[in-house]
Amino acid sequence: MLLDEPLIFERGATGRIGWAVAEPPGGGQDGPALPPDLRRDDDLAGLPEVSELEVVRHFVRLSQWNYSAATTLYPLGSCTMKYNPVVNEALARLPGFATLHPLVPDRLAQGALELIAGLEAALAALSGLDAVCLQPAAGAQGELLGMLLVRAHHVARGDPRRRVLIPSSAHGTNPASAALCGYQVAEVAVDARGLLPAAAVAAAMDESVAALMVTNPNTLGLFEEEIEAAAAAVHARGGLVYMDGANFNALMGVARPGDMGVDVMQFNLHKTFSTPHGGGGPGAGPVAVRAPLAPYLPVPRLVRSDAGLAWSDDAPQSVGRMRSFYGNFGVLVRAFAYIARLGAVGLADVTRLAVLNANYVRARLQGAYHLPYDTPSLHECVFSDRHLQDSGVSTLDVAKRLLDYGFYAPTIYFPLVVKGALMIEPTETETKETLDAFVNALLAIADEARTDPALLRNAPHRARLARLDETRAARRPILRWQPR
Amino acid sequence: MDFPEDLHYTQEHEWLRVEGNDGVVGITDFAQDALGDVVFVELPPVGATFAPGQAFGVVESNKTVSDLFAPVAGRVTAVNHVLRDEPELVNSDPYGAGWMIRLALTDREQVNRLLYADAYRTFVAQQRT
Repeated sequence: MLLDEPLIFERGATGRIGWAVAEPPGGGQDGPALPPDLRRDDDLAGLPEVSELEVVRHFVRLSQWNYSAATTLYPLGSCTMKYNPVVNEALARLPGFATLHPLVPDRLAQGALELIAGLEAALAALSGLDAVCLQPAAGAQGELLGMLLVRAHHVARGDPRRRVLIPSSAHGTNPASAALCGYQVAEVAVDARGLLPAAAVAAAMDESVAALMVTNPNTLGLFEEEIEAAAAAVHARGGLVYMDGANFNALMGVARPGDMGVDVMQFNLHKTFSTPHGGGGPGAGPVAVRAPLAPYLPVPRLVRSDAGLAWSDDAPQSVGRMRSFYGNFGVLVRAFAYIARLGAVGLADVTRLAVLNANYVRARLQGAYHLPYDTPSLHECVFSDRHLQDSGVSTLDVAKRLLDYGFYAPTIYFPLVVKGALMIEPTETETKETLDAFVNALLAIADEARTDPALLRNAPHRARLARLDETRAARRPILRWQPR
Repeated sequence: MDFPEDLHYTQEHEWLRVEGNDGVVGITDFAQDALGDVVFVELPPVGATFAPGQAFGVVESNKTVSDLFAPVAGRVTAVNHVLRDEPELVNSDPYGAGWMIRLALTDREQVNRLLYADAYRTFVAQQRT
C-alpha cells in the first residue's frame, strides 16, 4: 500500500501479453475470424503491454489508496456520505434491471416502469408535493430544472421576472443554477442565529423576484424556523419558493417541504437515498413540484392507463428533455430499494438517528472547538478554528491531522458564512463507538494544537503522501503527464 | 496588519488609491490574509464600466472564491495582467505589485463615501471578535 504505483502504461515490456488468443480454425492469416475492414494495421504502439497479474495488482493497489464510507467514517458536511447497503447493489444488478435496453417497448418493461412510478410516488409523498420527474442526473441538474420550471411558470403568465433571492447560507450551486437560467442573484444575509429572517425576505421581495431559493436545513445544519412566513412573503408578491433538498436527510419522513410553503425542490438520491456518491459516478437529482408546475415538467412523462404504464410526449408546455431516456435508472433502482426496505417509519428513524448522531458529536466537541451558531442543529454541525488561532493552527491543519488518526476529514472552509469552518455530518449509519473514536481524535488534536502545533502544521505524518503543496498545484498546474 | 493612510477602503475589503482623475484598486492586507494563498485572479477587460459595489472580478484562493467589488464608479483603463501568472503578488504586496485595476473615476465625490484607514482598522477589529 505504501509503494508508489506507476501508471499502467509505465508498466510492462514490449511483447508481453496477458492472454494469448487462440488462432481461428484454418490458420491465422487467411482465417475467417475478423473481416479485413475491422483489422487494425498499426501495431497498437503506446498501449500497455502487461501481464494479467500486473493489471490486477495495479488496480487493487489504486483501490487501496481510496478513502470511502466502506473504509472509514466519512463525515463530509453538506454531502451526506452515508453507507450504501450492499443489498441495493445486488438488486440493481438483477438482470431484468441491469440488462434492460432503454428503447425496449413499454409493454415489455412494465416492471421497470412500475419501479419508476413507485419511486415518483414515494418522493411525492415524502416532499408533500404533487408530481415528480426522475430525469436529472445530479443535484445541480435538478436545481437547473427547478429554476427552468420557475421561469416557465412566470413566462406562461406573461410576467417574466429577472431576480432570485438566495440566503447567504444556501448551497454554493444555487446561485450558479439561477444564473444559468438568466436570473440575477440577490443575496439575503442570515441573522445572528444563522437563520433566514422572514422579515428580510419580505423586505427584499418585489414583483421582479421570480423565486426564493432556500436550502433547508441550511448549510449551517439549522432548520429554517421562519420558512413558512418567508414563503408567504414570496407568494404574496407572486414569487415561487425553491428548496434545495440536498439536506433532506434531516427531514425525510418527519417534515414535508410542501407543508412549509415550498413549490419546487430537488432530491439528491446519491445523498439521502443511499445510492453511490462521489468519484464522478452517476447521481440522480429528481425534482418535485406542486400541481400548477407539473405541465412544465420534462418529457417523456409516465402515464397509467388500462393497458398499463407508458411514456408520453404529450406535454405541450414542457420545458423539454433534461437528459437522454429516463435518468440514471440503475441509481433509481437503488433508491427505490432503500425506500421500500425502510418504509415510512424506517425513513423517519433514519432522519432521527442522523440528527441524534450530529448532535452527539456537536455536544462532545463544543468547548474544544468554537461553535459560531448555537441554534439547535439537525443533521450536521459547523465549528470554526477560532479557539485554535492563538496556537497558529488552522482548520486545514486539523483536517490533515485527522488523516493520521484514520478518519477522513470533514468539509472545511464551507459554508462561507463561517470563517475557518469545519463542517461535520456523521450520518445515521455510524455506531456510538465510531462517533466516540472520531470525537476523541478531534479532542486529542485540539490538545496537540496547544502542546505541539508544529505536529498539526506538518500533518499528515502517516498518510501515503505528506502534505501536498495545494497552492503550487493551483498556481502552476502541470496538466500533462511527464515521463519520470 | 498594514493599512496605509493614503488609501480609501470599503467594507468589502477593497482599497482605492486616487491618482489624479484615476483610482487604482486592489484588496487589503486583511483580505489577502483571510483568503490565504491566492491562486487565481479574474479581471475585467479594459474599457468595462462599473457602478459602485458592482462585481468587477473574482479572486480565488485555496479556501474560497470571492467577488471583487468596485469601490466607486469608473471605466477600466488598465488591468494588472501580471497577476495572471503571478497571483501570489496579491498576498506578498497587496498595496503595490498586487494592484488589480485602474479606473477612470466617474465622480470624484464618491471617494468621500469610502472609509479612511482608521475607520477601516476599527471595522476589521470588529470583524475578528
